[in-house]
Amino acid sequence: MSILEIHDLEVVYRGRDGTPVRAVAGASLAVDVGEIVGLVGETGCGKSSLARAAVGLEPAASGDIIFDGQRVQVLGRRARTKRDARLQMVFQNPYGSLNPRRTIGDQVADGLRILTEDSGGQPRARVKELLRRVGLSADVAERHPHQLSGGQRQRVAIARALAADPRLIVLDEPLSALDASVQAQVANLLVELSRDLGMGMLLISHDLAIVRHVAQRVAVMYLGQIVETAATRELWNAPMHPYTRALIDAIPHPDGLGRLPEALTGEIPDPARPPTGCRFHPRCPYAFERCPTDVPLLTEIAAGRNVSCWLYDSAARPTPLGAAAV
Amino acid sequence: MKPLLEVSDLRVDIGGVNIVDGMSFELQAGQVFGLAGESGSGKTMTALSLLGLLPGGARTSGRAMLDGVDLLTLDASAMRKVRGRKVAMVFQDPTSTLHPMLSIEHQLTEHLRYHLGMARGDARRRAVDLLTQVRIPNPDAALRGYPHQFSGGMRQRIQIAMALACEPRLLIADEPTTALDVTVQAGILRLLDRLRRETGLAVMLITHDLGVMSAVADRVTVMYAGRIVEEGPTADVLRRARHPYTRGLLDSLPHPDAGDVPLVPISGTPPSPAERPSGCAFHPRCRYALDRCRAEVPPLIALAPQRAMACPVDPLVPVLVA
Repeated sequence: MSILEIHDLEVVYRGRDGTPVRAVAGASLAVDVGEIVGLVGETGCGKSSLARAAVGLEPAASGDIIFDGQRVQVLGRRARTKRDARLQMVFQNPYGSLNPRRTIGDQVADGLRILTEDSGGQPRARVKELLRRVGLSADVAERHPHQLSGGQRQRVAIARALAADPRLIVLDEPLSALDASVQAQVANLLVELSRDLGMGMLLISHDLAIVRHVAQRVAVMYLGQIVETAATRELWNAPMHPYTRALIDAIPHPDGLGRLPEALTGEIPDPARPPTGCRFHPRCPYAFERCPTDVPLLTEIAAGRNVSCWLYDSAARPTPLGAAAV
Repeated sequence: MKPLLEVSDLRVDIGGVNIVDGMSFELQAGQVFGLAGESGSGKTMTALSLLGLLPGGARTSGRAMLDGVDLLTLDASAMRKVRGRKVAMVFQDPTSTLHPMLSIEHQLTEHLRYHLGMARGDARRRAVDLLTQVRIPNPDAALRGYPHQFSGGMRQRIQIAMALACEPRLLIADEPTTALDVTVQAGILRLLDRLRRETGLAVMLITHDLGVMSAVADRVTVMYAGRIVEEGPTADVLRRARHPYTRGLLDSLPHPDAGDVPLVPISGTPPSPAERPSGCAFHPRCRYALDRCRAEVPPLIALAPQRAMACPVDPLVPVLVA
């Protein structure tokens, strides 16, 4: 059962000259109860816009976002309901989302208030429990954000999200500002929380390698569209979309083998003027006649495996991108 | 072969706080030398000290010999002649070195005219060559452009072209691909590798990313809290890591062949320079720490020629990685 369903989402911004830019151009995605889904893609692919729209921080130009059976409304001045609060978001830079003048304990307690509809109260015990839940000692409650390391601040941001007893947390690059040795701690914490609390997560990241260790399923985004979704292991072992393959081949591994990663030709196009047909075709080493003209749709190729690429259309295909061909 | 750069016992203190404590390394022409470490390890300050770019209140000691000259003793005007001319540096964020209001041509030719006294026409021709060398498409048009008109990857290529303008012998690259997407990063790594092969450029590559090290560095030195903890040929350091920190770091990273195993983090966080632990600075995070690790700074022990590490408990450490 899905806790979050996104159907044909479009997020549109006004460009500098007033022309509309479709940052998200018809994306569909679902997160099951208790599942961690990774959404990966490079700068400007629209993954953060999708994340912000998913929690109501950005209006959807069209499409539907359903959380726990009901449509997500854009957050405005109205107070969030208890139900709204069960959809939480964590950002890349926790320094930007924590108030430097207030103690950690007070800020985590904010998250509890909406749940208990309690203006003051004695949530101290619960705050300490939450801090321990994310691997911090209870005395962190008395400190201020600047007294903590980056990894500790990110744990606080997660604790605050947990305070509202969420069913889904959307995390936008929660690991990328952290040192490598600390990144693994927070990555493992996410897996643990999801498993122990039955909580869904949508993990937005540019780093496919770390997502592989955290997410059960991965969606790959390119220029506003989802180009492939698959179980993490299958996606990694046998990527189908040429862009997914390029992303994997470009990752340098610390294996001491001295292999130079593969570069993808060209640049990410301007989302205000996306290429015709398949948006990836100008950079795709396998593009053929059909790709610049016809838009491929995200199609189920096998169970749980969706790809938007003409190579997998049996009527159009010249050579399949199977193991033999590549 | 005589090394191009020979740094011995480099020490950097800023505002009374020790940042770099006794770094020694050498660098050959055509070599990519990797300096790895997490935030606060002192890797960037090591680089800045070589170029006289340390913040005010900084004190250095030790030696950094380049072509028979000790870089640490140069005054500001002598250093200006070295910087850009013999040693050039590129940073993580090209927008910090590219002037937003000046054309690419203006910025590229300025170097050539200042350092080499080239005439305008010659400088322009050389600028086109440089952009071609770093694979900027349509270099003539690119010269008329301004930084904001280029993508992050292209701006990084332009920054590298600027650094190469006076044919330096040594390029110091501080996290040059950290802000870039992986598909773009791959292109920059290939570019650096080609430059050192074709021109004999020596590259000092500073990065926290051991994957990047693995791809291009011949040798790697791992720093922790201002000191070298392990050094050697990249393949050997990454495949047969000896220091508990290096091992811990490798276990905490995603590995290509081990997607289903959980990552094994190092507990705790890297210390800031002002709060460095006594003895071996890694001891509070080290699962093999002994009593003496708290008290004594472990010396760098030679394991083989060009291979060393600073940990006395290594013989007791069971080999975890094959």
